[in-house]
Amino acid sequence: MKINLKVWRQKNNNTPGKLVEYQLDNISPDMSFLEMFDVLNGELTKKGEEIVAFDHDCREGICGSCSMYINGRAHGPQTGATTCQLHMRSFNDGDTIVVEPWRARAFPVIKDLIVDRSAFDRVIQAGGYVSVNTGSARDANEILIPRTVADEAMDAAACIGCGACVAACKNASAMLFVSAKVSQLAILPQGKAESQQRAERMVAQMDAEGFGACSFTGACSVECPKSISLDHIARMNREYLGAKLTSDNVQG
Amino acid sequence: MKLDSKIPEGPLAEKWARHKFGLKLVNPANKRKYDIIVVGTGLAGASAAASLAELGYNVKALTFHDSARRAHSIAAQGGINAAKNYQNDGDSVFRLFYDTIKGGDYRAREGNVYRLAEVSVNIIDQCVAQGVPFAREYGGLLANRSFGGAQVSRTFYARGQTGQQLLLGAYSALSRQVTTGKVKMLTRTELLDIVVEGGKARGIVTRNLITGKIESHSAHAVLLCTGGYGNVFYLSTNAMNSNVTAAWRAHKHGALFANPCFTQIHPTCIPVKGDYQSKLTLMSESLRNDGRVWVPKTKEDAEKIRKGQLKPTDLKEEDRDYFLERRYPSFGNLVPRDVASRNAKYVCDEGRGVSKTGLAVYLDFADAIKRDGRKTIEAKYGNLFEMYEKIVDDNPYETPMMIYPAVHYTMGGLWVDYNLMTSIPGLYALGEANFSDHGANRLGASALMQGLADGYFVIPYTVGDYLATIGPADKLPVDAPAFKEAEQRVTSQIQRLLSIKGTKPVDEFHRQLGLIMWDYCGMSRNAEGLKKAKKMIQDLKAEFWSNVRIMGENEEMNQSLEGAGRVADFIELGELMVDDALNREESCGGHFREEHQTEDGEALRDDANFAYVAAWEYQGENQPETLHKEILEFENVKLTQRSYK
Repeated sequence: MKINLKVWRQKNNNTPGKLVEYQLDNISPDMSFLEMFDVLNGELTKKGEEIVAFDHDCREGICGSCSMYINGRAHGPQTGATTCQLHMRSFNDGDTIVVEPWRARAFPVIKDLIVDRSAFDRVIQAGGYVSVNTGSARDANEILIPRTVADEAMDAAACIGCGACVAACKNASAMLFVSAKVSQLAILPQGKAESQQRAERMVAQMDAEGFGACSFTGACSVECPKSISLDHIARMNREYLGAKLTSDNVQG
Repeated sequence: MKLDSKIPEGPLAEKWARHKFGLKLVNPANKRKYDIIVVGTGLAGASAAASLAELGYNVKALTFHDSARRAHSIAAQGGINAAKNYQNDGDSVFRLFYDTIKGGDYRAREGNVYRLAEVSVNIIDQCVAQGVPFAREYGGLLANRSFGGAQVSRTFYARGQTGQQLLLGAYSALSRQVTTGKVKMLTRTELLDIVVEGGKARGIVTRNLITGKIESHSAHAVLLCTGGYGNVFYLSTNAMNSNVTAAWRAHKHGALFANPCFTQIHPTCIPVKGDYQSKLTLMSESLRNDGRVWVPKTKEDAEKIRKGQLKPTDLKEEDRDYFLERRYPSFGNLVPRDVASRNAKYVCDEGRGVSKTGLAVYLDFADAIKRDGRKTIEAKYGNLFEMYEKIVDDNPYETPMMIYPAVHYTMGGLWVDYNLMTSIPGLYALGEANFSDHGANRLGASALMQGLADGYFVIPYTVGDYLATIGPADKLPVDAPAFKEAEQRVTSQIQRLLSIKGTKPVDEFHRQLGLIMWDYCGMSRNAEGLKKAKKMIQDLKAEFWSNVRIMGENEEMNQSLEGAGRVADFIELGELMVDDALNREESCGGHFREEHQTEDGEALRDDANFAYVAAWEYQGENQPETLHKEILEFENVKLTQRSYK
């Protein structure tokens, strides 16, 4: 296959970037999208040009590193898949493909297609955990958790923290990411004790990071490679509202 | 050098309890006077960092990823073993211990493995308490599945994403400690050197992957939780950035490297498609619970299938060879990984392999779907089937999956004693980075168990003993000459790499190295091939240092520079692996020497001469390494020819 690429090149956060065109002639339809970038980088090196920087690691759709905005869609044309799971057979010979980094104020560009997603870590640090020290746990089967409940928690827990939800949202809101964690831990008995406080703290951190507000258009869920449901946003809103209405949890 | 494994005296079941009691403690008020560096934030690193911070130590944790949550532990699919015996099917700590020792082909320490089995039950409790959503039965109890090398159901799982859920659990505990201020988290930071002074580990030197800044970090103890070295083969199931650099640079400072040739080839991976291939994808071993492995009985049928003239589904039952069930009737498709892989290689070598390349066998779910219904199979393996379909563009509910072995895990690693300390005092290795628990072959669902056992339940006890011995004052400032010299070493290596300005990209060297390793030091090995490989690796090393091409500078994000440093270390490690494979004149577990096999092609151990850990000591650039032997003593299990028939 022949592919025309328009790739966002940006030296660093202080330098303006631009789309640069590249042509690739010998692309196999069985190649993954990132392997196509490996080919491009091999050619660039041989030509004495700097390679395109992009985040990637597991290349099997679970680490959440890869993050390309392809032809106007987070992770490209497939649904329920990450960039690394996209294959060139999803494109046609001669296609022009535009590749950009995630665009969001809370995710500043570091270089080329790499953005800084540390805001997500700080949101988790604000409360995305159960406060239990190593060694203080009871027997794992002591609390019964019906299968349906465990399954629903697992649906939320499947989030890989890639940031596609933010990239897909016109407001660059992180509601789907934040709610997935709030919801997982609110559903499970282990997380119940801190659930309201958790919602409050994580939402406060989300706002502090500069993510936009949620207008519930659902683009996040459509583009989420793990198809996380909007139900979790509803559950987080309920937790949050509950927290705001109970005086003992009001903060600040 | 005398290797002291520090295995405690006493009966097997009491060793760990006695040892814990004998370890020195650090008073709670004094813990804050100690600094610990944790390198890597996968299961071992994140669990260690969180647990040590909870105890009150000052922890600095670093990862080259953009977040601690991305470590490659996240990709483990199938599950985690624990001797809970919730199924009432005869499991016990001793049975898990026994299975692990036997599965490892009697090349692991009894004491370590027993401890691992013992703490396995605590791991499940801990993870559930953190909110890890393990699979459950309708009544609300935890579900189990069975795995290769075991005849009991002791594997806990969270769909096909067990590693992800366990890592996110450890990551959440780590995040909580970042908030308390007890963990200082450094992301996009790569270890490039270890500082050893006065015979003790003093700290590390790192490169900031965004700015290129070289920095020193001082501590009382350093924990390497940096994973395995499977990427020495270029194509493996490891993540693209997994590397040996931290362990290798520690090795160059005197940390012994143990059993480097013990690598695990996983039987169920998606076969290689083309030269552009960048990595291989694992299909969880749990699939072998319901999938049946087969190839056509005859070469002729296999050839027709390869040419597309015959569909696998058209081949009659009697024309198929379910070779694992045929050769190993009692374990069938659930034989350990090394056995399953080798047998897949044999049938392909006989010309009965499928797929265009002839390097694949079938993993067929038709019978399971007929028996349990598509829904049940979908519930168990849905996400794996989807993943397969995305990559191969073929529907495994209708046509059998194609699989082939691929490099997956490395049992070898830095030599550690019972306390997980390397041969450099104050330097520890946890998880896949050490060599300790899996012998010559790791059983499925045991990597997650070991990573978390080391991090949650072993190191919090053992590191305290060392710290209490040295005292809080025994720490170097970062402007000490030892740190400045290390910074200088790192900087000059980077400058050397950048100044080569050759013609060949880093990846091409890596790919070449991988092919050498796969062909001569992979699923089966022989002396002639290994000697040839050694020469080829030496030539490759010389070419690398004169012809590698790295664009850009140090003072910026530079992914080719990062890769170059890692590949340079892989090349050196490759040579040591070959030396180790040559030295080990026996077949055991994942190490199969063609010269040493039984009449029916099974691995033939030589317990009289090789029941030892081969621990290698670095002797300087291009010098042969010195071999130290730690003799393995078996007091509780009888060494037998492993049989899964």
